[in-house]
Amino acid sequence: MNTRILPYVLIAPVTIFLCVFFLYPFVLVSQQAFHYDGSFSMRNFQDVFAHWKFPISLKNTLLLAAAVVPIQLALALLMATMVSKMQKGRDLVLYVWTIPLGISDLAAGIIWLAIFDQSGFLNTMMSGLGLIDRPMNLLSYQNPTLVFVAIALAEIWRATAIMLVILVAGIGLIPKEYYEAAEVFGASPWKRFIRITLPMLRPSLQTALVLRVILAFEVFAVVAALGGTLFPVLMGETYAYQFELLNGGAAAAIALVILAISIAFTLIILRILRVPKGASI
Amino acid sequence: MNLNTTLKRTTAGLALALTASVAHADVLFWSTQAKPVEEAQAMREQVLSGAGMDIDYQPNDGGPWLTRLNAELTANTGTIGVLGALHGDFSAMNPDDLVDLGDLGMMSSSGTFNSLSKLGTDQMQYIPWMQASYIMAANKQALPYLPEGADINALSYDELIAWAANVHEGEGEAKFGFPAGPKGLKHRFFQGYLYPSFTDGVVRTFASDEAVGAWEKFRELWAHTNPASTNFSFLQEQLLSGDAWIVFDHTSRLAQAFNERPDDFVAFPAPAGPAGRGFMPVLAGVAIPRTAPDMDAAKALVAHMLKPETQIATLRATNFFPVVDVELPGDLPPAVQAAGNAVALMSASADANPGLLPAGLGDKGGDFNRVFVDSFERIVLAGQDIRTVLDDQKGKLAAIMNETGAPCWAPDAPSDGACPVE
Repeated sequence: MNTRILPYVLIAPVTIFLCVFFLYPFVLVSQQAFHYDGSFSMRNFQDVFAHWKFPISLKNTLLLAAAVVPIQLALALLMATMVSKMQKGRDLVLYVWTIPLGISDLAAGIIWLAIFDQSGFLNTMMSGLGLIDRPMNLLSYQNPTLVFVAIALAEIWRATAIMLVILVAGIGLIPKEYYEAAEVFGASPWKRFIRITLPMLRPSLQTALVLRVILAFEVFAVVAALGGTLFPVLMGETYAYQFELLNGGAAAAIALVILAISIAFTLIILRILRVPKGASI
Repeated sequence: MNLNTTLKRTTAGLALALTASVAHADVLFWSTQAKPVEEAQAMREQVLSGAGMDIDYQPNDGGPWLTRLNAELTANTGTIGVLGALHGDFSAMNPDDLVDLGDLGMMSSSGTFNSLSKLGTDQMQYIPWMQASYIMAANKQALPYLPEGADINALSYDELIAWAANVHEGEGEAKFGFPAGPKGLKHRFFQGYLYPSFTDGVVRTFASDEAVGAWEKFRELWAHTNPASTNFSFLQEQLLSGDAWIVFDHTSRLAQAFNERPDDFVAFPAPAGPAGRGFMPVLAGVAIPRTAPDMDAAKALVAHMLKPETQIATLRATNFFPVVDVELPGDLPPAVQAAGNAVALMSASADANPGLLPAGLGDKGGDFNRVFVDSFERIVLAGQDIRTVLDDQKGKLAAIMNETGAPCWAPDAPSDGACPVE
């Protein structure tokens, strides 16, 4: 086949797939969000913004992302550096660390619910050790902080691996010569990390952060399993509008709000972590 | 239009592709009821096997149920033969999408149910299929804590609160259980029990002084409610685990507890307030979408569901009671006996104040429920001022009533036009 056409032929299936299952639904959803009773209107957005839960769920979503993503970034960097230094058993450790990635997020939420539940592992353990007299109800509306911590923990456990995988690949691409040169000049391991690994890892960090931040704004199943209605997030409100209130217009409106936030943060990350022109590995 | 549009072509295409490959002679019974595996299996083996035709019984959650139905309706071609769902599910549909079933000559023995099934039109949009209600249940360990002089079969809200308080004090933990979880049916408690019992209304009296009193009482009860109730959706689980001793829930959501350990629990009527003993029925119906592939087979299946012997088999399978006059056999499962007894006591009590299911709300049923759920979350969980919350939510309720033009239903006094929020 003509080598000039070949690349286009090869990406055609993906392009068609994206157009049919992403672009087309996206256009429909936007239409839906901006239409009320068949005519163009901002009514859906007004309805959504006016609901008393909207500011709370927006705050919760942003707060959760702000708490979870930096911790995950630090953890993923640490784990990636450790893995890349390993001589033996590297693959095994990577496989084990990425197991949570293979678990559906609802299942992850249920696993953590089994830990924090009133008759869960944590309670059983604490009463076994004599720390408490009777099982405590940890995930209740009276302990909003604990609910938040439980959700954050579950999210960190579940989704750090996706950053890890990207960063491990990125570290593998950094030429060894830089480290050797740094060692010759007597740079400490910390200095080598700050001055070589981090800057050279920029493209991978970009990808990892963009992916992770977008996923953080879409958090839903883990929150639903652990927090129920106690911790409203944007995606949960979308679900409620669509399936409980059968109000597709309002659901589409929130979906677009989530999209807008995601795009905004993606642009910020791309800007902050941009690779200067002409600089490449 | 809704988000489903994004799925409609895919779903319809998929459904067509799937059914095109198998010659489809079965009647597809697409249901939101009898979802648990055991119940679905009992439906297939005991209820539908006697219909004399091949029936594919597929229960599903409300969301997917509606998504596929809408896809078929939009595509103007379908595979679903018969729909089984709650009154509220049907009332959210466009009446033109359901086939008029008046010519079947079948109906329930309740005039109220028959008129509800017309969904505000002059045609039978669905045929009442089975009914249930909400009752109270208690662990027998809680009985010694009953306040002195209180009759468990004729409790008042004050006695219930005193009882829950006694248990709380005696056991050191709050053991009243309330279905406030994400899938819990808490809104029905407010609409059919709390409001009628205290205000003798639901819509008209939403923000009345009596309503403020009702919420204050509920706050008192909440003080003795297991705080984990915000995760409880099927109280049978908490009855069995012992996390809750006194509970309120749907009869079929309590059934497992009675069937597994019939000697450990008692069922009893809901409490009474100053305006009587409010309670509410649950009504499920069967209907035929206009896209049904084989109309005659679908109608035959609907007729089969209303036969007395099918109704009794349905009762055994789902714990939902018959809607036609049948003589109940003596060997029913413990849950059915207990619930049947409690419901009978409740409706026969001197101060009974039965409410009806919300009617005429169309697809605003979810928004109507949300008004009550939001009030609960703000007043009880967030501790906001009752008067402020009710005055705020009142506007939303009035908007829903005006938009749908739904007239008042019992126990609210009848209205000309949309039911006013006073």
